[in-house]
Amino acid sequence: MTRSPPLVAIALLAWLLAGSLAAGAAEPPAPEVRIGSKKFTESVVLGEIALHLTRSAKVRAVHLRELGGTRILWNALLKGEIDIYPEYTGTLRQEILSGLDIRTADALERALADRGLRASRPLGFNNTYALGMLPAMADRLGVEKISDLVRHPGLKFGFSNEFIDRGDGWPSLRRRYGLPQAEVRGLDHDLAYRGLMGGGIDVIDLYATDAEIAYYGLTVLTDDLRHFPAYDAVYLYRADLTARAPGAVAALLRLEGRIGQAAMTAMNAEVKLKGVAETKVAARFLAKTLGLDVTAPVEGFFARLWRRTVEHLTLVAISLSAAIVLSIPLGVIAARRRTLGQVILAVVGVIQTIPSLALLVFMIPLLGIGGPPAIVALFLYSLLPIVRGTYTGLHDIPLPIRTSAEALGLAPAARLRLVELPMASRAILSGIKTSAVINIGTATLGALIGAGGYGQPILTGIRLDDVNLILEGAVPAALLALIVQGMFELAERLLVPKGLRLSADS
Amino acid sequence: MLELIDVAKSFGPTRALAPLSLEIRPRKTTVLIGPSGCGKSTLIGLMNGLIRPDRGSVLFDSTAVTAANSALIRRRMGYVIQDGGLFPHLDAGANVTLMARHIGWPKAKIEARLEELADLTRFPRDALARYPVQLSGGQRQRVSLMRGLMLDPEILLLDEPLGALDPMIRSELQTDLKAVFEALNKTVVLVTHDIGEAGFFADVIVLMREGAIVQTGTLRDLVDSPADPFVTRFINAQRAPFDALRGGPQ
Repeated sequence: MTRSPPLVAIALLAWLLAGSLAAGAAEPPAPEVRIGSKKFTESVVLGEIALHLTRSAKVRAVHLRELGGTRILWNALLKGEIDIYPEYTGTLRQEILSGLDIRTADALERALADRGLRASRPLGFNNTYALGMLPAMADRLGVEKISDLVRHPGLKFGFSNEFIDRGDGWPSLRRRYGLPQAEVRGLDHDLAYRGLMGGGIDVIDLYATDAEIAYYGLTVLTDDLRHFPAYDAVYLYRADLTARAPGAVAALLRLEGRIGQAAMTAMNAEVKLKGVAETKVAARFLAKTLGLDVTAPVEGFFARLWRRTVEHLTLVAISLSAAIVLSIPLGVIAARRRTLGQVILAVVGVIQTIPSLALLVFMIPLLGIGGPPAIVALFLYSLLPIVRGTYTGLHDIPLPIRTSAEALGLAPAARLRLVELPMASRAILSGIKTSAVINIGTATLGALIGAGGYGQPILTGIRLDDVNLILEGAVPAALLALIVQGMFELAERLLVPKGLRLSADS
Repeated sequence: MLELIDVAKSFGPTRALAPLSLEIRPRKTTVLIGPSGCGKSTLIGLMNGLIRPDRGSVLFDSTAVTAANSALIRRRMGYVIQDGGLFPHLDAGANVTLMARHIGWPKAKIEARLEELADLTRFPRDALARYPVQLSGGQRQRVSLMRGLMLDPEILLLDEPLGALDPMIRSELQTDLKAVFEALNKTVVLVTHDIGEAGFFADVIVLMREGAIVQTGTLRDLVDSPADPFVTRFINAQRAPFDALRGGPQ
């Protein structure tokens, strides 16, 4: 005689336990200063430099690398999710604060102060936008200046996505020069060089300090109508940081005027062309320029694999546990109430169709950056398979069995616990398994909003065009999905009652 | 004991039961019989509240069966359906004892009762650990009967309990089932469409047609003084095994 275990409760407890353990392991002492960087090499290098500097001033600092585009960083700074990030004056004036028509450095300082922010003085290089072409084509068409492009409407333009949308980017450049080109595609900046070399596109946008300009010997078109403003690099930081961590600010300001155009371009080249880690490049620069002896703590392969595994599992475990807790009752309601059930299934179905990237970005204004928005997004994606599994499992119980349970005199709640949920356990578990696998895959996108995990090396690998780095994230993610799938097969043996397994085999 | 007063039931536009009244006599076996769709299964469903009447009332032990009290009242009524309706995720023993465990019977009492029932229904004890899918059709019905009797109910309701069994097992189970009824001396209501089976079990036969009761009485009453030509037609419709040899009705 066997007693059917309260299966769902056991499954839940196991996941919650795993989730909280992982979360506990991932929690280092709270940092005093959070540095952010955009998802391109120069920004990451400047972020690493700021990290070394603040740490050398004995401040507990962390660097949230590759958080995304300008909007994400700016909003994160305003909300206090981060304290420092590298920015460019042109971006501040023309894009972020474009409504204010800021003309002088004083005006910019006042505008920032109004928002509780400060900027360092320029670091010493101007990373302006430019347009570039392969020299052979530029020579053949006789193109030297941007205004020469007007004569060649058939040229294919490939611009970074941010450039296409920015106020100081393509829309105003096109108006200013009266450019007629119709074929303008948005793509990742780091991939644009490949597109240019491959011949798929003819003209791309450049950052003046990109290492690839010299490497590929590109022709940089003269901005003859002086459309692009100066993009002097500065560190933006929260004004309250001066009181909170004066050492950090003082250390940071030592860099004012110390990074020249050539030095920055060389650092970009070291990372992108020679594959040196950003943290090493930053440390070498500080040693040379400020005589600062910072040993860049290089994390070993297994250490970073472990850290990312913990980060990834934390995202998955918390979001999946929460989804299980909500989805099973929703599935029960859906199976019991016909109309409400259709509404529930429709709503969780619609959530599933929202593009994951869009959902992640949509979460930022509500929850900021890092783990929480990623967890909420993953939670939402995990609902449908579990709700559906529960609904289907309950719905498919044969009528004579339901009648028998009722005729025994079991109250509805007891029928659910003793008969219906155990009988639906296989379908519920299979829904949870599907959710877990989808969740593990989707969690790699969490790196885009600073949630870490296996997505981080994938993101960096795409930026650096480094397949090994991409695999360092993709392979563990795939393995984790397989392991979790295997664990669920095992769980099925433990949690699905023997009688049901026998029925399925016969 | 159990009384149905002026009950009627329709499913959508289909009338399953015309207003009718019926009193089930205590410690007797009452058999509801009639052709398919005559309302006999609806009638037994009304008795334990699985089906609510559109009008009229069902009294059990002088108490009206309502939506609120039916779960408790059902614990005093055993119920066996065609093919058992056993819970596939529980082994035979767990199927039988589910309700007793749920309401907190002590373990020793449960064990003792289970052994007693296994002996009563002639179910092999070592098969109690088997799952429904591992049991034969006849064994499943014995488990279903044990489950219905576990809480020692005052009345046993059986809805075509032997309908899905082959003739030999059916006959064997009929014999065993009758022995159980006689041993327990309980009130029994059994639904069947087989007049031979009805005659074998019944103290009282209730013959139904199109949602109404045509005649109530013993098999002898039905044969000797049919209330309606339909009664005779129904009884004669059943072919006896040796009709063909005797050149009887084909």
